[in-house]
Amino acid sequence: MCDTCGCNVTPGNRDLAEGRQATQVLGSLLKVNDHQASHNRVHFNGHGVLSVNLMSSPGAGKTALLEATAELLDGDLRIGVIEGDLETENDADRIRACGVPVVQICTGTACHLDAHMVHDALHELDLGSLDVLFVENVGNLVCPASFDLGQHHNVALLSTPEGDDKPAKYPVMFRSADLVLLTKRDLAPYMPEFDATKAANYVRQLGNAAPILEVSSKTGGGLGDWTDWLRRGVTELRTNLAVPSASLGS
Amino acid sequence: MHELAICQALIDQVTTVARSNGAQRVSNITLDVGPLSGVVPELLANAFTVAAAGTLAEAAGLTINPAPVRVWCKSCQAESDAKVNRLVCAACGDWRTVLRSGDELLLRSVVLEEVDPAPTLQDSEEKRHV
Repeated sequence: MCDTCGCNVTPGNRDLAEGRQATQVLGSLLKVNDHQASHNRVHFNGHGVLSVNLMSSPGAGKTALLEATAELLDGDLRIGVIEGDLETENDADRIRACGVPVVQICTGTACHLDAHMVHDALHELDLGSLDVLFVENVGNLVCPASFDLGQHHNVALLSTPEGDDKPAKYPVMFRSADLVLLTKRDLAPYMPEFDATKAANYVRQLGNAAPILEVSSKTGGGLGDWTDWLRRGVTELRTNLAVPSASLGS
Repeated sequence: MHELAICQALIDQVTTVARSNGAQRVSNITLDVGPLSGVVPELLANAFTVAAAGTLAEAAGLTINPAPVRVWCKSCQAESDAKVNRLVCAACGDWRTVLRSGDELLLRSVVLEEVDPAPTLQDSEEKRHV
């Protein structure tokens, strides 16, 4: 009888009876990107390559840092670069001129790199001949912070002319940083309003204990600490992965 | 503008859930979005209209639950509310905190329509419509 008149459909089961179903998912919205990022990380780990995602606003000195780093590490750590820009190969050309293997990704209008773009670029690089792979993200203090690329470390650059309060203005980016580089410190005498202690405090207020280094790619100031950080990173990664020392970079 | 890329990923995920449950349409999508996820709910809602066009989530409503920013203090073990750019302990002021909530970017649930009903209900459904 109940089946005839429909009274077996109660408020509790009406949705089911009408073909409606509430389904719990509880998954990250970026699941597909995160999956690809994990895959990229497997690639990096498989070759014992430390991957570093460089993020900053446009013009904070990412490319200049890489040029100076290539010169400083010459014959020490072998580096490669994936360059992300909306347009042009200009940055890739600068890095290539340093004798460093580089793949340029032109994102068109996209404001960030994602794990799939990085994976495509990896096909053009010989990871076996590298110790450190830098991904120079699109210059942008907002969007790149939301996308895992499979990197081991995030490095955020904050240049002297930008002002010391950028970490408070862009908390998502600076909270994600494993290292903060205060760049263009050769300009410090001309810009005393940039207070490095204040910049550091803003980073700490994000609950971030990341080391903060003051550097100048132009004068080379502070770059020794930066390359030491990279060397430690490679050593720690390979210790964790227990890669036989015979396969370490020469 | 990365909200559009995130919405496209959302639509892919929702479509997969709908198909695997035998549903023809999606009428509602519920997300948890924290301010430290880097995603702006208003922009996400605008991008959703574009990303959902022509998909089985085209007519779906989007419910975005804003997640509160909460931190846990390593020093005094207190949990407190915090601001996005001041994630310090409200009890003792220490900055050595752990984020407990606020960076969520989560697909919580979907409401599916025209789902192939379970056999017993299907039976009663058919009778109901006789």
